[in-house]
Order: sequence, then structure tokens, then C-alpha cells
Amino acid sequence: MILVAFTWSELAQQVVTGLRNGGIYASLALALVLIYRSTRVINFAQGELATFTTFVAWSLMNHGLGFWAAFPLVLAIAFLGGAAIERVVIRPVENASALTIVIVTLGLALLLNGLMNVIWGGGEKQFRGPFSTRTIQLGGVAISIQDIGVVAVSVAIVVLLGLFFRFTKLGLALRAAALNPASSRLVGVRVGWMLALGWGLAAVLGAVAGMMIAPIVFLDPNMMQTVLLYAFVAAALGGLDSPVGAVVGGLALGLLITLLGRYVGFVGETLKLPAALLVILLLLLVRPAGLFGRLAVRRV
Amino acid sequence: MPRLVGDFEVRELALVGVYFIAILGLDVLTGFSGQVSLGHGAFMAIGGYTTAILTVDHGVRDLWTIPLAGVIAGIAGLLVGLPALRLSGLYLALVTFGIAVSFPQLLKKFQGFTGGTTGKILNLLKAPFGLHTTPNRWLYYLTWGIALVLLATAWLLTRGRIGRALRAIRDSEIAAASSGVSLAAYKTLAFGISAFYAGVAGSLLALATAYVNPDTFPILLSVYLVVGLVVGGLGSQIWLVAGAAFVYYLQNHADAVARGANGALPFLHLSPTRPGVPSVIFGVVLIGVMLLLPSGAGGLVRRALGLLTRRE
Repeated sequence: MILVAFTWSELAQQVVTGLRNGGIYASLALALVLIYRSTRVINFAQGELATFTTFVAWSLMNHGLGFWAAFPLVLAIAFLGGAAIERVVIRPVENASALTIVIVTLGLALLLNGLMNVIWGGGEKQFRGPFSTRTIQLGGVAISIQDIGVVAVSVAIVVLLGLFFRFTKLGLALRAAALNPASSRLVGVRVGWMLALGWGLAAVLGAVAGMMIAPIVFLDPNMMQTVLLYAFVAAALGGLDSPVGAVVGGLALGLLITLLGRYVGFVGETLKLPAALLVILLLLLVRPAGLFGRLAVRRV
Repeated sequence: MPRLVGDFEVRELALVGVYFIAILGLDVLTGFSGQVSLGHGAFMAIGGYTTAILTVDHGVRDLWTIPLAGVIAGIAGLLVGLPALRLSGLYLALVTFGIAVSFPQLLKKFQGFTGGTTGKILNLLKAPFGLHTTPNRWLYYLTWGIALVLLATAWLLTRGRIGRALRAIRDSEIAAASSGVSLAAYKTLAFGISAFYAGVAGSLLALATAYVNPDTFPILLSVYLVVGLVVGGLGSQIWLVAGAAFVYYLQNHADAVARGANGALPFLHLSPTRPGVPSVIFGVVLIGVMLLLPSGAGGLVRRALGLLTRRE
């Protein structure tokens, strides 16, 4: 455990980088939680779905659209695509065991990854983001505008989603359908469509995460695979059924990984992920349902 | 069987056997005790590396390393099983998946011991006692011999006291505990047994490829084992052969499926070698199989037998 040379301004920069990555993990983790709450399943295709929609954005921008013109269009496509997937492939296995549904999402991930390779080729592509990579000085700390933008967009999306769930009738219906499908049906909520809606919203969140991370790394079909992994961890850390937990978990994980990788010499680049996982395993041992999750209390 | 087909096909059948052993072990854990692990590739890696390190660095005879690989992986399984007691369902799946993901990184970090990214080269497998057979045929007999023994063991284990306890835990932990089944002992035991199987399979895989490096046991391996298990059918033991064959052949022969699809549907022009196409085919076939057979091959067999033996 050797501590590397330390300055306060560098620490501040690492914190900003960590929060930026964390914001992206949080968006995808939130997408996972959204689907978990309604279907009790972890969606392995969430990452590939996000990359796929980012490729769609890339194609649109290659056809002369600006980023902010393509953005709503891509979100709409993602929403329809996500909902369509729920209708076509998830619906028929709805009553099968959770493991069967997980395997279907896995098949979906393979399929989407292959399709991206077929349609756009495997090479890395440059994705022009909406924010400049110029840095500004804030009290001796250099922060890039892109980092601020990514955090701002992630936060905005999360807040919007929170408002939607809290204050609209549709949001209430979605929560009801996830919590108690039978009773919701009795009061007239169309549970089947709510599930499709959930998948659509999750796909939108994924699309935002994809378009935010693509300018930072390069765009290629495997872009989101590590991010998805971090999102899994973030979701587990926060508690799989807690949206607030997903956001807090994502940010905490981003910080943890960045700081561990930078300041603990033994961890370095290679052991960043295992180290973060170890921390989370320890945390889960103390709180088996994550930070914000509720343990299911069963009646015998 | 090996007399009927060429040397290369014999090798492929042997590799199906390797998958079968690993999936059979995973079935004890997932099918019987109901704990989902997405990290069994890591136990295979432990088995494979045990064999590699013992044969290459310590000159141990390759056959002796197989049970040792199983035991060491089994101990690792018991150790993982302990924290797993606190976690349930998807949290466990995610933690084990984390193990699968971290393990290659650990192999790279401790390169003095494991050979790092370059890995270790093993001696080619040779039949003992001067038997006149090709290495691949010997591998076939060895793998399926072990597979049959382990199948019988798994069958005996799961139909007796242990199997009953595990099933009780799967169906209701609370009810099992109140009937005097020790959750801690049996859940950890299930982890240990299944890791033992994975270790043996990993050891055989290392002997078959005569080479180990972190890519011999990729992250996807763990995922494929679960896919094989679900396609074969949870708890269906011998029918898991179908799952093993499914995973092996679809991974390695997706191009044949592409050609078949081109032949059957003339308007389709899939180029089997184009990057991405094998993955598309794997995905489509996997989704199709799951939609048609949500309870796997074993479920299909059970249903067919049920129809045949039903009394009017």
C-alpha cells in the first residue's frame, strides 16, 4: 500500500473524473434498476442496447444532423426499440423462471453485438460530443467543460425521471404495476403495457449514457461492456430495487475506482476492478440488500 | 463412438465432455440448491492453472493433477460459498460474476506464479501404459470416463439425503431451516461440490489445449456454462449433455448454421465469415430455444415421457 505523491489540486481533479464516470455508471445502473423493479430480472442486454442506440446517433450525425438535433430523435428511437423488444422477446417468457429471462437477455446482448459488427464494422469510431474538451480553471483545478456537461446531463435525466415517477399519473401506474401487478390490474392499470414502457424508459437511459461516454472513449461495439459491469456493481451497491441507491451507488463507485486506481500503488490500473469489487463484497456482507435496498421480509 | 468419426471430431466430442462436467457441477448448485453463480469459469481457471503449474513447474504426472485441480477448486468454492451465505438471488449472481471478471486480472497481476498474459505451455497429452491411440482419442476416453463417474456421483449425491436438503433449501429456505436443515452447511457444501466439478473440467480443458493463459478461461465462459445449464434444463443431470453440446457447437460452428440458413432460405445471403455473424446466429438461436423450450431439453424430455406414460 504505497501512497503516490499527493497534491490537493490533483485530488480535486480525480474527484471530478470519478464523479463524471460515476454519473455514467449511475445512468446505466438506473436503467437496470428500472427493469429489475418491474420484471425482477437483470438485463444483460442493457449495455449493448445503449451502444446500439449510440451507433444510431453516430449514423444520424454522419448524415449532417447536429448533436442536439439527433439527441431527441435517438431517445425516441431508443424508447420504441426498448418497448418493442419487451413485446417481442420478453413477453413470451414472462412466466418462465427468472433465469430463463436472464438467458434471453443474454441472447439479446449477443445478437445486438453481432448486429453492430455487421452493420457498422468493428473498428473504433470518433464520436463528436456536444461539449468542448476545453478546460477551465476553478480555484487552481482544471476541469474540462465536457466533464461538467456529462455530470449535468446525467443529473438532469435522473431528476426528470424522478419527477416523472413522483408526480405523474403514468409514473404512479408504473410504480404500482411493479409493486403489485395483481392489484394494479384490478384498478385498471394495463400491467403488460407498463412493462413495455419500463423497458422503453430503460433504453432511453442507456442511450443517454452511451452518448455521454462515446466522446470520452471511442465508439465501438464493445464500448459499454465494462460500463455495464460497473453499472451492475453500482446497482448492487445501492440496492437493486432502489433508484436513489443506483445513483448514489454509481457516483460512489466512480469515485472509489478512480481514487483507488490513482492513490493505492498496489492496485494501479490492473486491480482497479477487483479492488472495487472486494470493497463492495464487504459492504454487501454487512448489508446484504445494498445501501438503500430493502430486505424482503417473507411470511411463512 | 470414437471409431466412427475422424480425429478432430473426437476432440470436439471430448470438449463437449469438458463442458458437460462443468455444467453438471453447476447444476448441483443452481438446479438443486437454487443459488445462481455466474462465476464458475473462475473455478475452471483455478483447476486449469493447478494442472498447468503442477505439470510444468513441478513435474507432476498430468493424470494426478486432475483430482488435485478438483480439490483445490473445491476449496476455493467453499471459501466463496461462505460469504455467499449472506447473499441471495441476483446479489449472489452479481458477486460471482464479479469474481469471473476479476479473476483474469488477478492472473495477470501475479505473473511470477501464473505466467501472466503469456500463460504456460503444457506437454502434449499422451496415452499412458503404451496404449496405441492418438492423443485426441485418449482425451476422449479420459474425459468421458471421468464424466460418467462424476455423473453417477452427482446422481447419487442428489437423490439421497444431501439432494433432499438442497431441494428443500431451494424451495424455501425458511421451511428448510425450521425442519432442521443447516442452511450454512448445505449451501457451502453445494458451492464446494460444484467448484470441484468445475476444477476437474478446467484441468481437462488445460490438458486438451496444452496451453493456459487468461484467455483460455474468458469471462464469457462462466456465462456459457449458465446458458448450457438452462438450455439443458435445471436439475436434469444427464440431459445436460444437450446443453453442453449446444454451447460448444454454437460457439464453434455458427458458420455451419449460417450456411444451413442460406440453403433453407434462398433469399438470405449470410456470409458466415463476416465478423458479427456468428454472434448474431448464437443470439437468435439462443432466444429461439428459450422461447420454445423455457424449461430446457430436460423439461422437454420430462414432458414427452409424461405424455407417453399418462393414463387415460
